[in-house]
Amino acid sequence: MRTAFVQTLIELADTDPRIVLLTGDLGYSVLEPFAARFPKRFFNVGVAEQNMVGVATGLAEGGFIPFVYSIVTFAALRPYEFIRNGPVLHQLPVRIVGVGGGFEYGHAGPTHYGLEDVAIMRAQPGITCIAPADHEQARSAFLATWALPGPVYYRIGKDDRTTVPGLAGRFVLGRAQKIGRGSDVALIAMGAVSAEAAAAAEELARQGVSCSLVVVASVTPAPVEDLVAELSRVPLAITVEAHSVNGGIGSLVAETIADHGLPCRLVRCGVRGVLRGPFGGQDYMQRAHGLSRAALVQTALHALHPVAG
Amino acid sequence: MDGNVSPRQIRRIVLEQSKRANVGHIGSALSIAEIVAALYGRILRGTHPEDRERDRFILSKGHAALALYAALHLKNWLSADALRTFCADGSLLGVHPEHALPGVEFSTGSLGHGLPIGAGSALAARLHGLDHRVFVLVSDAECNEGSLWEAVMFAAHHRLANLTAIVDLNGQQAFGHTEDVLSMSPMAERWRAFGWDVHEVDGHDVAALCETVNGLATEGSPHVVLAKTTFGKGVSFMERQIKWHYWPMSDAEYRQATAEVEGA
Repeated sequence: MRTAFVQTLIELADTDPRIVLLTGDLGYSVLEPFAARFPKRFFNVGVAEQNMVGVATGLAEGGFIPFVYSIVTFAALRPYEFIRNGPVLHQLPVRIVGVGGGFEYGHAGPTHYGLEDVAIMRAQPGITCIAPADHEQARSAFLATWALPGPVYYRIGKDDRTTVPGLAGRFVLGRAQKIGRGSDVALIAMGAVSAEAAAAAEELARQGVSCSLVVVASVTPAPVEDLVAELSRVPLAITVEAHSVNGGIGSLVAETIADHGLPCRLVRCGVRGVLRGPFGGQDYMQRAHGLSRAALVQTALHALHPVAG
Repeated sequence: MDGNVSPRQIRRIVLEQSKRANVGHIGSALSIAEIVAALYGRILRGTHPEDRERDRFILSKGHAALALYAALHLKNWLSADALRTFCADGSLLGVHPEHALPGVEFSTGSLGHGLPIGAGSALAARLHGLDHRVFVLVSDAECNEGSLWEAVMFAAHHRLANLTAIVDLNGQQAFGHTEDVLSMSPMAERWRAFGWDVHEVDGHDVAALCETVNGLATEGSPHVVLAKTTFGKGVSFMERQIKWHYWPMSDAEYRQATAEVEGA
């Protein structure tokens, strides 16, 4: 999604001189094509993310559309108050691009895990929050949202190869993308871990479970109507996110069920508790937190057949 | 330039509205009366709050917003009726400035935010080829904030000569004297070491403030005006007394304060 981001941004910047790119000294081997093409519109502000967001706020007020880029934790968490009191409060078109949601920086350890970013962005109703599932959807999402008048947070993954089968790059702001139509269970996924959810859905189908996959990339505005439609149809929903179970789409789905008095049962897959280690690569960490395809299949089977499971 | 915006009038309004609303933060507003008078009376260019070519002013020490409201009123950018809603329910005039109010560039109050925004604003002007200037008024205690120094480094690196920081060096902060809480001395050397063009001036001398700002180079380093001030300036019993960061005035205190300001 990083390459999808920078390639799309170059295309957009070619046609709109308002676009500028700021990085907190990250993006080596990713951002160079933009810097080479638009040297006067590229600013490596150094390792200073609060100032980066503050500068972007001033630039946006001055008529620019600044994209700021860093790893999720440094893009979203470190300057959070600057995002809140800057582009959100003033409703300015700053774009915060956080790369590497969840455990994508696995061996880098917990300081580099992006596990609460969506929760804190959801808490600000004034910022659009986008978490694409693959690079094709990321491109569609950028094209659909780059010119919005208010601020946008993008949580993107590092992977520019994997795609979610059946998604075909679809994205509509405020809508969810549905893949398959099951009657037993709906897997509702956000972000790059959607590929694991898709694999789990395929395995469940092989085992005779009627399963649909719902991808939520437009977190804010939330696809409430699509979720209500799906949650009204199936007896069991399982949310899948490389994120804390609190505040992300697990919470979004729980809120939707509660707000609409739906009879759907919910199981939230995601990260729980304090991270104390041991730590490892992305796959290891996702397995350890029940987010691998095998773990998701087991979770679904157990929820469907608690005695047998 | 606008002769109505005088330090005495600003102080009179600060006292009047603080008393009417029964709120504090009086000392901080009084210490910047000359700085705000110099800016709005004789320095800032722009004919109205939406003038695209206007100089930008960001009151990063947002808790002194009442002095800003006073200046906006004295420039006829804020009506007397609106001014009287300071700290009332349903008002845009809170303790800290809110950008929805015409004349307020950015909502501030969280210290360490104004200079990063100002740096972005100055960069935007340069990229557009516009020659307006950006002024950011910060407090000395605000220099405790790491984000301020992030912006200091950024502005120096990019040689934003259209950016001027003014530091209200009143020597006091919320819990005591700046020297006792977290010493920022020597302030001038710190800014100079970070690559800024440093000027030290009496922050209660409007002519000196104007002369300094009007003499700033339009190319090269960003500028900082270290304005030495007295907390609570103009009201004898408030000067250098930290309680006037918090307390509202009694009727007797208000009468005395007003008399001192009117007689000045």
